[in-house]
Amino acid sequence: MAGGSSQSGMKAALVLTGKRFASSLLTLLLVSVTIFVIAQLLPGDAAQEALGQSATPQQIAALRHDMGLDRPAYVRYASWLTGMVSGDPGQSLVANMPVSEVIAERLPNSLLLAALTALVAVPVALAIGIGSAMNRGGRLDRALNVVTLSMVAVPEFLVATIAVLIFSVKLRWLPSIALASEEMTWGDYLRGVAMPILTLSVIVIAQMARMTRAAVIDQMDRPYVEMAVLKGVAPVQVVLKHIMPNAIAPIVNAMALSLSYLLGGAVIVETIFNYPGLASLMVNAVTSRDMPLLQACAMIFCAAYLLLMLIADVTAILANPRLRAQ
Amino acid sequence: MIASSLSRARTLPLSGQVGLALVLFWLAVALFGPMLAPYPVGAFVAYDVFDGQSAAHWLGSDYLGRDVLSRLLSGARYTVGLAAAAAMLASATGTALALTAAVGGAKVDEPLSRFMDMLISIPSKIFSLVLVAAFGSSLPLLLLIAAITYVPGNYRIARALAVNLAQMDYVQVARARGEGRFHIAIAEVLPNMIHPLLADFGLRFVFIVLLLSGLSFLGLGVQPPDADLGSLVRENISGLGEGALAILAPAVAIATLTVGVNLLIDALPGRGKGR
Repeated sequence: MAGGSSQSGMKAALVLTGKRFASSLLTLLLVSVTIFVIAQLLPGDAAQEALGQSATPQQIAALRHDMGLDRPAYVRYASWLTGMVSGDPGQSLVANMPVSEVIAERLPNSLLLAALTALVAVPVALAIGIGSAMNRGGRLDRALNVVTLSMVAVPEFLVATIAVLIFSVKLRWLPSIALASEEMTWGDYLRGVAMPILTLSVIVIAQMARMTRAAVIDQMDRPYVEMAVLKGVAPVQVVLKHIMPNAIAPIVNAMALSLSYLLGGAVIVETIFNYPGLASLMVNAVTSRDMPLLQACAMIFCAAYLLLMLIADVTAILANPRLRAQ
Repeated sequence: MIASSLSRARTLPLSGQVGLALVLFWLAVALFGPMLAPYPVGAFVAYDVFDGQSAAHWLGSDYLGRDVLSRLLSGARYTVGLAAAAAMLASATGTALALTAAVGGAKVDEPLSRFMDMLISIPSKIFSLVLVAAFGSSLPLLLLIAAITYVPGNYRIARALAVNLAQMDYVQVARARGEGRFHIAIAEVLPNMIHPLLADFGLRFVFIVLLLSGLSFLGLGVQPPDADLGSLVRENISGLGEGALAILAPAVAIATLTVGVNLLIDALPGRGKGR
């Protein structure tokens, strides 16, 4: 790889990354249209909901005008979108305060939960995935395959229920409800969120370990690994020195993809443990049909999902040796 | 016919046989379960709530003193029936659109595929929550919501298969022979994608069972007096502190159903690679 060609390779990779980024933004825009349209399909509107059955048509019309609901749909979409982008997604109908304030209160909790879960899940999943790839076809590999395959299909609330039964009912180690508040010390907080983290980790680890195994095995089938094995390199060295440098990008890709399972899992786990995060807020918004809040939460989740997909794809682009060598 | 299926089942690895047994068991429960129930579904039959196992109540009693086994047998019908119907609707719609895209040329394929790509980038739980908030959650609507949520996933897989097949020589021959697009899609392309599509159907079924029980667990799915397995977990959540069988039994029931399907699909030879 000469200097000049590697530079043009970098350029090509940057161009691809830029294109990928632009297409993510476009997708996010289309997603916002979809969510807005679905949310508007609601029979009756917020004004009617707020005033109840006994309101006169004049009252409803007046409130609709105040809320801006009498404007055409595309005007409302444009004002909602500009509001979203500038950090003001409207007024929560139920909490009667700006959506941005409600979300600002909950979002850090969810981010912290996700970060702690990733901290637990990533090393464990790496160990399981690599271990099972090294033992390919062996007893350990087959056992781990059945276990992770089963865990992928187990509902989150069963994992949560079993965790509560073991750790708070039988052993009495942990509280069964997670409460995050300002006065809590870190120790209290960790004890409180231990079970949500455990539950989420179990779900994510299964997915992540399977994808890690697949990424490592994909490398194991390459000729350079056969070469290393034939010249007598020890199996652990083959994995650490030969396979891992090449498998890192596919593994990061797998991590980003499987972390997206956190988003769906959080919906159930935050609710069952009463954790004051964004996902349980969104469930409340569905129950109370608080559309502005629901739309904002949905957009945040979709943006997070697209970001993870973007990271996964960009790692794949940057790691593509054909691009580097061009 | 039965003999050949039996010998085929024997060639499955052990995990696949366990999976097949679980799937057949739950199909039988969904079909005949309500007939076998020892008590009427809504009847208050036990004196105590959250009773443990006993001869009269094999799985104990629930938070109102109803028989858990009877409720589970009837709940399984909702879970299996709704999910199977929704998975069929999702697969049929996704595959029909995929075939249209594959034989329709770039003019049809491009916009349809871009649209599906967009839908697939909304996480399924989030998408279904928005749909539930907009439409509500009666049984037909739940079926429709679950189906809509999983159409894009099936479309992506079916389109990849169909586009590959549409390039094959025998399809080109059929085109040259002057066959119409409909004939090519149904008679030439579709028969060769059945096997991977069946595996994908199994995956959709698992996703939909988990989605619907998750929604019911949140109180946004099947509404009382109807109850699927997820609703049973939700209504007995107050028994969690005492480790009641009433909450564990339906949760384990869902897990055995979905794990069974997963093990079976994984053991099938030449399975399709779904997401």
